[in-house]
Amino acid sequence: MIVGQQKPIEEIKKMVKPYKKLLILGCGTCVKTCFAGGEDETAALASALRMTFKIDGQSVEISQQTVERQCENEFIQEAAKKIGDNEAVLSMACGAGVQAIARRFPKSPVYPALNTTFLGVQESQGVFTEECLGCGNCGLGVFGAICPVTRCSKKLLNGPCGGSQKGKCEVNPETECAWQLIIDRLTALGQLNNLRTYIPPKNWKTSHSGGPRKLVREDHIL
Amino acid sequence: MTTTPISKLHETFLKGEFAVTGECGPPRGADMNVITKKGELLRGCVDAVNVTDNQTAIVRMSSIAASKHLLDMGLEPVMQMVCRDRNRIAIQSDILGAYSLGIRNILCLSGDHQSFGSQPDALNVFDIDSMNLIRTVRDMRDTGKDMSGFELKEAPKMFIGAAANPFADPFEYRVLRLGKKIDAGVDFIQTQCIFNMERFKEWVRLAKEEGLTERVYIMGGVTPIKTLGMATYMKNKVAGMDVPDTIIKRLSGVPKEKQGEEGMKICLETIEELKSMKGVHGVHIMAIEAEEKVKEIVEGSGLRN
Repeated sequence: MIVGQQKPIEEIKKMVKPYKKLLILGCGTCVKTCFAGGEDETAALASALRMTFKIDGQSVEISQQTVERQCENEFIQEAAKKIGDNEAVLSMACGAGVQAIARRFPKSPVYPALNTTFLGVQESQGVFTEECLGCGNCGLGVFGAICPVTRCSKKLLNGPCGGSQKGKCEVNPETECAWQLIIDRLTALGQLNNLRTYIPPKNWKTSHSGGPRKLVREDHIL
Repeated sequence: MTTTPISKLHETFLKGEFAVTGECGPPRGADMNVITKKGELLRGCVDAVNVTDNQTAIVRMSSIAASKHLLDMGLEPVMQMVCRDRNRIAIQSDILGAYSLGIRNILCLSGDHQSFGSQPDALNVFDIDSMNLIRTVRDMRDTGKDMSGFELKEAPKMFIGAAANPFADPFEYRVLRLGKKIDAGVDFIQTQCIFNMERFKEWVRLAKEEGLTERVYIMGGVTPIKTLGMATYMKNKVAGMDVPDTIIKRLSGVPKEKQGEEGMKICLETIEELKSMKGVHGVHIMAIEAEEKVKEIVEGSGLRN
């Protein structure tokens, strides 16, 4: 999922301060799962903002709505009326959702309530870890399904650096060394010899390094 | 391995001599006198001088420029190059430039992560890893082509080094990784500082078993410990360092003013063992900001008269 985290309330306040009528728009898929931008968080942010504006003596009318996904027009459409009724939108989606709303409603100012953090998983309740950089050229097959491009701090493709100690990364003792994980897993699978194979320089053309990406599925175009 | 010497350091190995390298960290400023002063302290003590590349991710004079200053003094530099700050375009360009200046040794490293440095907000590069950096330098030298396959007009012919850390985890993989570096084209290896001699010996034994010590020149890394505080700091705070309790005990067993002397003794004992160890071809002395100690070390260990 795309993992996000709500921005500090002060930063949000600063962005939406000029508006008297504000819609807080939640997103019911990824950011709901990571407790950042679903229905519950939308309601909580709406209350918090109402309260803080009230304390400041500022009168702002805040309404709220949550759609299934802000990255699809079909769902965005459901919010069209409320967006039209308000002066601005505070989107609780990831960066893609924020931009999709802005694209669909050219006259409405749209602001991000979240920081989009990474593509990851919920490792345990409330703990999320980054697992994928979306490089467009997946090599997980070689590495025992553990991604060194994402999970090694130095993106090393040919084994651990000299800073791997007791399974931890030198950059942060809380971070597991991806290469220790890869070696452990390949050892268990009897595939450690995979690691004798030389991995050539990565082709970054398929990543963001090649410029903003676009995927066209001819078979799905109407 | 080629038998025509590429550099003076290479020649030392070819002659079967026990090679000695030192280290010179460039200044946090543009004053070349810092380099010449350190160079003078190392003159006559070492076969070549490593010039670090923005070590610990702190901005310093570039390793290429500092290497050139040493060359101009008649010293032989080993230019360190890290993958942290350059993409493959800049890497190849810098190699061509360094060669054109007369630099003949390169040490290929991944590089300390920028979060350790003075500018942790920086974007890192890591376009290619140290393994691929080694291969790139080798291919440029041996095929005369850059990474795109373009035939270079005058290919850079560098003597290629890399680092190895026998003390990092997972231990079993360390020898396999050394093998990969040799396959990639590395000519010589400098290891992390040796304090845990048992573990180092085991690493050399495993490397020998795989036939690796016949295919690469290995230089054992040593550092003279100045104080007990320095030893405990390295033990507890520096990733990839292995300072066993026996060393800590030895240092705490002598009065504070004698700790430097004891550290020097440990260093000389380590060199003594390295000199007679099969599969080890030299020593790399990392006397960080204590270049004046190098003379004492090489004379004390009988490496130089």
